[in-house]
Amino acid sequence: MGILFEKDNFSLFVRGFVGTIELSALSALFALLLGIMLAAFRVSPVPVLRAFGTAWVTVFRNTPLTLLFFVVTFMLPRLDVHISSFTAAVAALSVYTGSFVCEVLRAGINTVPLGQAEAARSLGMGFGQTLGLVVLPQAGRAVIAPLGSVFIALPRNSAVAGAFNVFELFSVQKTWSEDSYPIFASFFWLALAYLAIGFSISSVLSLLERRMAVAR
Amino acid sequence: MTENSAGPGVPEDGRGTPLVSLRGVNKHFGALHVLQDIDLDIAQGEVVVLIGPSGSGKSTLCRTINRLETIDSGTIEVDGRPLPAEGRELARLRAQVGMVFQSFNLFAHKTVLQNVVLAQVKVGRVPKAEAEKTARELLERVGVGAQADKFPAQLSGGQQQRVAIARALAMNPKVMLFDEPTSALDPEMVNEVLEVMRSLAARGMTMVVVTHEMGFARSAANRVLFMADGRIVEQNTPEAFFTAPRSDRAKDFLSKILHH
Ligand SMILES: Nc1ncnc2c1ncn2[C@@H]1O[C@H](COP(=O)(O)OP(=O)(O)OP(=O)(O)O)[C@@H](O)[C@H]1O
Ligand SMILES: [Mg+2]
Repeated sequence: MGILFEKDNFSLFVRGFVGTIELSALSALFALLLGIMLAAFRVSPVPVLRAFGTAWVTVFRNTPLTLLFFVVTFMLPRLDVHISSFTAAVAALSVYTGSFVCEVLRAGINTVPLGQAEAARSLGMGFGQTLGLVVLPQAGRAVIAPLGSVFIALPRNSAVAGAFNVFELFSVQKTWSEDSYPIFASFFWLALAYLAIGFSISSVLSLLERRMAVAR
Repeated sequence: MTENSAGPGVPEDGRGTPLVSLRGVNKHFGALHVLQDIDLDIAQGEVVVLIGPSGSGKSTLCRTINRLETIDSGTIEVDGRPLPAEGRELARLRAQVGMVFQSFNLFAHKTVLQNVVLAQVKVGRVPKAEAEKTARELLERVGVGAQADKFPAQLSGGQQQRVAIARALAMNPKVMLFDEPTSALDPEMVNEVLEVMRSLAARGMTMVVVTHEMGFARSAANRVLFMADGRIVEQNTPEAFFTAPRSDRAKDFLSKILHH
């Protein structure tokens, strides 16, 4: 277990840890924004937007994440789009996770009785106000737990980026095994790190859930 | 009777244009022809009660007036202006047409006060303090002033419906639509809601009310419209309609609801 404290392993580990957090946090942010937008599309009265939302979700929920990484890493440069490996990873993760966020939000929106939106519209609220002020806040509670599952999966999924030139936790493992450290020890520290991240996310979410339970 | 005259019981005040006007309105739900060539004029200050058997299209007719339901053909005008298509214009119009639902539909995540304030601020751009003042006055007026800081779920059905009326009134609507406002209430709460509606009528509010409350129709309505199978089959003053219905459909319907 002592490998963490040999040579400059500790700083390597910290770099990986920070890499995973940066990657996950940025992707989570974009996935959330994207998911809200896609969910709004999917419940909007405009057929073109609905079709777009449906197509997006169908394509990206059913594409293996690794394939998406291949696309952003190898296809984009061919189309003369040159972005850093990190940006590419954030793009792949956001696009992928966003489609899951969208579906969770849409399911949550469907738990809100139709009469709520009708009342909002009858008072003169537009589509955005109806969704933002009345429907989404009420979908919130139903959405927190499943949204939690999506976001807890994100740091784990981000490990794929390690295979595409992004330095994150899993790259630490690669380095260590190249340096032929015992595989058990390196896995132990990695597992601990992922566990810490996952635990933090679920703590924040259950706090949020409790806060929302009070607010009604 | 011709649909163009305002109908008996409506003061012929020569003010000309009706507040709400429907011409040749048709609507289908798939193969079902729910509204068939509806012509209807509602004068300023008039209280119209819509009755008829279940499925006759009363709710649908009511909801076309603020375009919660779209129509397939015909025209609907409110205050001399045709209903705009979906968008900002329509939202503005909806704010002028208040609607009260059978199931109250108060915003469950907002307090009673916030329910009445929200659209004033977000749609009407009224400053928050002013909106709260209006809201408290209206809540007081419908008799739920003491409940302002509770959530809807903490109120009785009758109280919730009165809040819903206050919420609609806060937008200062030109006409109010009521779709069976007392049907979801326990019997002992029906009257407190009808009382609020009567006082609204007495203040000169233009109202379209879908209800089977004959007492309300007799005491507050200027005109009763009887609908069946998507058509306005008969219309008359409440007195004349309830004592001497002309169509067989109406006779049949009244005999069912009055003796059971
Ligand atoms: N969204 C909808 N989609 C399909 N059919 C509908 C829809 N809304 C109403 N209908 C049908 O249209 C007809 C008229 O409905 P509407 O609700 O206007 O009747 P109503 O007179 O209000 O009846 P009730 O007294 O039961 O409320 C009914 O047969 C109903 O089943
Ligand atoms: Mg109805």
